[in-house]
Amino acid sequence: MTDHAGVTRRGLLGVGAGAALTGAVAGIAGTYAAQRAEASPSPAAVGGDGYDPAAPVSFHGAHQAGITTPAQDRMHFVALDVTTDDREQLVETLKAWTRAAERMTAGAEAAPGGVVGGGPYAVPQDTGEAYDLEASGLTLTIGFGPSLFDGRFGLADRRPAGFEDLPAFRGDDLDPTRCGGDIGIQACANDPQVAVHAIRNLVRIGFGTVAVRWSQLGFGRTSSTSTSQVTARNMFGFKDGTNNLKAEDPQALAEHVWVQPGDVPGKAAWMAGGSYLVARRIRMHIEVWDRTNLQEQEQVIGRTKGEGAPLGQRHEFDTVDLAKTATDGAPAVPETAHVRLASHETLKGIRLLRRGYNFTDGSDGVGHLDAGLFFIAFCRDAGTQFVPMQRALAAKDALNEYIEHNGSAVFACPPGVRPGGYWGEALFS
Amino acid sequence: MRITPVHAVLGAALLLGTAACGSDSTGEAADGKGPIAVEASDTECSVGRTTVPAGTIEFTVTNTGSKVNEFYLLGEGDQVLGEVENVTPGLSRSFHVEVAEPGTYTTACKPGMKGEGIRGEFTVTGTTAGGRNADQKLTEAVEKYEDYVGTQADELLARTTEFVVAVKAGRVEEAKTLYPVARGPWERIEPVAESFGELDPMIDGREDVVEEGLAFTGYHRLEKDLWVDGLQPDTGKVADKLLADVNRIVAKAKAVELNPLQLANGSKALLDEVATGKITGEEDRYSHTDLYDFDENYRGCKDAIDALRPALKERDPELLATIDARFKDLDAALDQHRTDSGFRLYTELGKDDVRDLTVKLDAVSEQVAKVAGVVAQ
Repeated sequence: MTDHAGVTRRGLLGVGAGAALTGAVAGIAGTYAAQRAEASPSPAAVGGDGYDPAAPVSFHGAHQAGITTPAQDRMHFVALDVTTDDREQLVETLKAWTRAAERMTAGAEAAPGGVVGGGPYAVPQDTGEAYDLEASGLTLTIGFGPSLFDGRFGLADRRPAGFEDLPAFRGDDLDPTRCGGDIGIQACANDPQVAVHAIRNLVRIGFGTVAVRWSQLGFGRTSSTSTSQVTARNMFGFKDGTNNLKAEDPQALAEHVWVQPGDVPGKAAWMAGGSYLVARRIRMHIEVWDRTNLQEQEQVIGRTKGEGAPLGQRHEFDTVDLAKTATDGAPAVPETAHVRLASHETLKGIRLLRRGYNFTDGSDGVGHLDAGLFFIAFCRDAGTQFVPMQRALAAKDALNEYIEHNGSAVFACPPGVRPGGYWGEALFS
Repeated sequence: MRITPVHAVLGAALLLGTAACGSDSTGEAADGKGPIAVEASDTECSVGRTTVPAGTIEFTVTNTGSKVNEFYLLGEGDQVLGEVENVTPGLSRSFHVEVAEPGTYTTACKPGMKGEGIRGEFTVTGTTAGGRNADQKLTEAVEKYEDYVGTQADELLARTTEFVVAVKAGRVEEAKTLYPVARGPWERIEPVAESFGELDPMIDGREDVVEEGLAFTGYHRLEKDLWVDGLQPDTGKVADKLLADVNRIVAKAKAVELNPLQLANGSKALLDEVATGKITGEEDRYSHTDLYDFDENYRGCKDAIDALRPALKERDPELLATIDARFKDLDAALDQHRTDSGFRLYTELGKDDVRDLTVKLDAVSEQVAKVAGVVAQ
């Protein structure tokens, strides 16, 4: 062996080759057992006090990451149409995606040596813009749209009962180019470039099997999904998601978020442990809202703007008291206030895990910001949770004057992937 | 240098304690035979032997750390010559790599699959093979394609002559029919044609991209006259110049010498032409005959791949099969827009039609882009 230092083109990292070789081979078996016992098969989980926004989030698990994972700051969501009728080709793509997703969520290139390792004449397998970036808490969460179960892939009898496109709601102004999709992939990360890189590379792997139907960038989380996070604000300037379901409440998650085996008997059993993702692109009439006085804004939302306390209360996490009246005898939280209509008291116990993002897609050509909330919620059954909630809101919510739903989709997100498995394995096997 | 990575023996994930560790490995190092044991921990990357003779090299990589690891053998510019990934803690995995060319290489373990990795020098000894023997199939591919370029050049001259005659005779309707057809051979060999410097803008320049100081001439100027402005006093002169320029380019094209890589890159460049100019409706903005050009670029791509077919069949039959399948999809999409005389006009396409063609084109392009890497192996 050679022992001169600094011999490689790009220098030696970590321990030099010489030192490494000295201890070569011998004596490893002895230490192996102990190391293995400690070894975690996946990168350390994020969360708790020592939250590190750069750290990886484990890809594998009983449930997919990106649902109860503390909401990261950035999002890139893509909805895809499957363009082939070849089931095998679709499965191959799901496998290739899983392999790339496992790598990218760990902070690695989409393929080994993907950026420069192919040599000067080959097209790089990884697009490279995340080469020097950390894992940044990247999660990739896949879901299957109702249209995937239309018979092209022999999945019609595997469609869970009641899983269908969302019905039309009063006031919807849906743009067909922002709706639906056979497959949805949510990428969340604490670095926007990491999220965009992940979607870009997955789309690239999918060319020939899928085509992008629509996509959406989100620049700031609007929900906290863990008690470790402070409540973020939406584009109306209000704290959003105070009463959200939290990762720390497994019983509530089992009741409201995770599909239980009994929910999906027979051929739909592949969905047990999964969750339904509802996406709604909610355009906000920002300029109109900004000309609304504070009292009106607070009456519309049902919370104070500064603290985020329910009207009639003092602190953000005080219980919303729907029965309380103000001095004039009117309800403290108005009958048409958003928090009243969306509360689980009003909705007979219905709750969702909200995980939305603020968006601003530039301007609309007539001088207004094209901004709003890309609403994402996870639930155990969209038909009995999201639909009644949205019906109630669409009928009475004072907020409707300031918003417009122009995109809509629902996806069945299968349970998590075991090491060696692939996205949707149970659905296709 | 020709290096063929033989990808990891995927089924051979072995539990630690079999081939890779223990004192046997030291013995291997001494006699210089057998697999090279690599021990990859979270902080170290020890390679059992770092000088080996040229030929097939086998590495057995054992992860003694707590993070998922990878091991690479890298060449110039960090080109990956062989690798094994997803070596989980406690496992050993083997892979082979064939290195024919003596020289200095780099080994790298990547605990956690991140960064440049823990690197070391790796020497391959032996005598230089003196460059690999020319690949007969690639040589034949180039010869075949050079002949093709010559044939297309002849065709270009014949059809353009016919078109120019019609223009100069003031037979506008006939000239309009001949216009997209005359351009066909040009579009088929566009990357070759474009390589001759300023002849390209003079023959095929669009009005918006004509450089300052240069006149707007060529096919597109005549297109504008025929469809928008009517024949102008200098239309005949422009037609004559087009024919003269085409004559020059035909002579150059017939003498062109290509290499296999240019052929591969050209096949992809033809699809890039479609993606950036034709499917957007920019190329033939007056006549809207963009789909004719789309079809000819695409045919040119297919003809280049056909020339490379025997070599691809040998080197990467799976890629070739995928390319053929994607070609079939795009053929079907394009066929929907054929008419008795040619193609529908771009302005007759709906948004969904354009999307469908774009999706199928992306699918073809992504695969054809891989051909150069295969040819360069």
